[in-house]
Amino acid sequence: MATQTTSPTVRSAAVVLRGGLASKRRREQIVKYVSLTILLVGLVVILFPLVWMISTSLKTRVEVAKFPPVWIPSVPQWENYPMALTGQNRFDVYFWNTMLYACGSMIGEALSCTLVAYGFGRLRAPGKNALFVLVLATMMLPGWVTLIPQYIVFARLGWIDTYLPLLVPKFFGSAYLIFLLRQFYKTLPKDYEEAALIDGANYLGIWWRIILPLSLPAIGAVAIMSFMYHYYDFGGPLIYINSQYNYPMSLGLQQFQAPFGGTAFHLLMAASLVTLLPPIVLFFVAQRYFIQGIVVSGVKG
Amino acid sequence: MAVQTAQVPARPRRKPALFGLIPAGKIERREALWFWFFISPWVIGFLAFTLYPIVASAYFSFTNFSINKPPEWVGLANYITLSRDSVYWKSLQVTGYYTLLSVPLGIAFGLMLAVLLNQKIPALGLFRTLYYLPALLSGSVAVALLFSWLFNPQFGIFNMLISEAVGPNGLIPLGLKGPRWLQDPNWVIPSYTIMSLWGFGGGMLIFLSALQGVPTALYEAAEIDGATRIQQFFNVTIPMISPVVLFTFITGVIGAMQQFTAAYVISGGESLGAPAYSSMFYNLYLFSNAFRRYRMGVASAQAWILLIVILLLTLAMFWASRRYVYYESDEEGAI
Repeated sequence: MATQTTSPTVRSAAVVLRGGLASKRRREQIVKYVSLTILLVGLVVILFPLVWMISTSLKTRVEVAKFPPVWIPSVPQWENYPMALTGQNRFDVYFWNTMLYACGSMIGEALSCTLVAYGFGRLRAPGKNALFVLVLATMMLPGWVTLIPQYIVFARLGWIDTYLPLLVPKFFGSAYLIFLLRQFYKTLPKDYEEAALIDGANYLGIWWRIILPLSLPAIGAVAIMSFMYHYYDFGGPLIYINSQYNYPMSLGLQQFQAPFGGTAFHLLMAASLVTLLPPIVLFFVAQRYFIQGIVVSGVKG
Repeated sequence: MAVQTAQVPARPRRKPALFGLIPAGKIERREALWFWFFISPWVIGFLAFTLYPIVASAYFSFTNFSINKPPEWVGLANYITLSRDSVYWKSLQVTGYYTLLSVPLGIAFGLMLAVLLNQKIPALGLFRTLYYLPALLSGSVAVALLFSWLFNPQFGIFNMLISEAVGPNGLIPLGLKGPRWLQDPNWVIPSYTIMSLWGFGGGMLIFLSALQGVPTALYEAAEIDGATRIQQFFNVTIPMISPVVLFTFITGVIGAMQQFTAAYVISGGESLGAPAYSSMFYNLYLFSNAFRRYRMGVASAQAWILLIVILLLTLAMFWASRRYVYYESDEEGAI
């Protein structure tokens, strides 16, 4: 029995040795070049829409509809940009509205979630685990289930067409971000806290002086996730914001869509591209926080 | 911890109070009190912005209710209305089709890319960044508009390229024409799927970090046993990263079922779900009932059905995966 199970192993090990390392290395080299080719072709396909977006945004109205397609506009129409962003569409105003919404939400969520996650991650209390399961359960909850009653309450308060219904709930935590931060807090060593407790510090002091400085990278990741989500958010403003002067950029862009093919695509692409620039810049500046947030969110399911 | 054990024998121990929610020792009690202090924002938020609205929308779903009139009890009427509403059934079908198509494809592409990038390759960081770039942007209104432009039947680049390649005067003159993409009911969901696949770099990052967590000793052992690369992938890689795949699958399904922004933006906000309701995603119809026709009762019923469907699907996915997902240690359970 024993000889039967070991013999194939021994044989294949012998094959690896006898086959020589040269052929193995050659095979690995081929795999590497095939992979590189696939990756490069894939990159061209995946970046193509963005390149076409830039190209369209610099064309004249005639060039946009030309067949065969014009790849590089004969004269780049830089004035498409001011034309798309001003006039009827006040993108300067929309931009500040978006910033108010995205930064306000980011501050609210980062602040409330660090507090709540500290409680769940590092303090002991009876019933804590049951409560945390409740936090996780709310992550699955579709936002539309709570939307209608919330809308009715906010309408009664006279908050429609302001950012209050969108900003105020952010100061009471968000399940997903609480979960991410709590995972991080659980990895910090307990010693600091115990030492501080013996020195007579209270938990608020510990959170502020010890935990917060140690968890700045994690808070950065959470803050960026929050910012990005609200920067793009369309559904929330669509429901609560009515007047054009309060629009964020997402609603402003949607205004461009004219029914029955009347859309000015060169202007639409110019404006769309401008709204994508801040996230791209932010990404290249703070790439590490982005990647951290995504990786943490996936791995510890 | 040392502090507690020193304190406990010194004073008479109280009994835990309030169903054990208030612990006995003084120090434990203080810590529990601080716990409640720290989580108080979440507790208030949960009561005000989650629990109350859920209960209220359950109640509304049994009433005839529009913003300006008080709710009036109608029993199951809203649910019966929905069961007879062909557009509602269409919205379920559209959402299901989209979810089944886009989520598995997204995972397959993300995983493939992660495997390709999990090798010693030059400019790895650059590849990773550039492949992630679309994921960073997708979900925005700008990208929905970009794709509605790419998919434009007459002037969109996709159909122009198809004409150039296989059109009447094309490279290979087969006289073929591109589909009408977002304007052809049969092509709408595949088009939305292509749009969602564009952001598959997000999944890639998650899978890449999972792949890097697989111990290399396992691959070495498999290689000595004579396993080919493909066998290694299916017998070592897939089982080891299966928890991450399951997690991505579940969040992907929950996300896909709530597709809204792109569908709203692309149908221009004028005729929601056009053409022929083929892009009437579940939440789009919910929105239309709630905020276009002010049928708040019916919309609440729709929201509740969605909640129950998502709940059942999640449980079913966990249940079905028990046999296929490998957890290295189960000390912490699901969390």
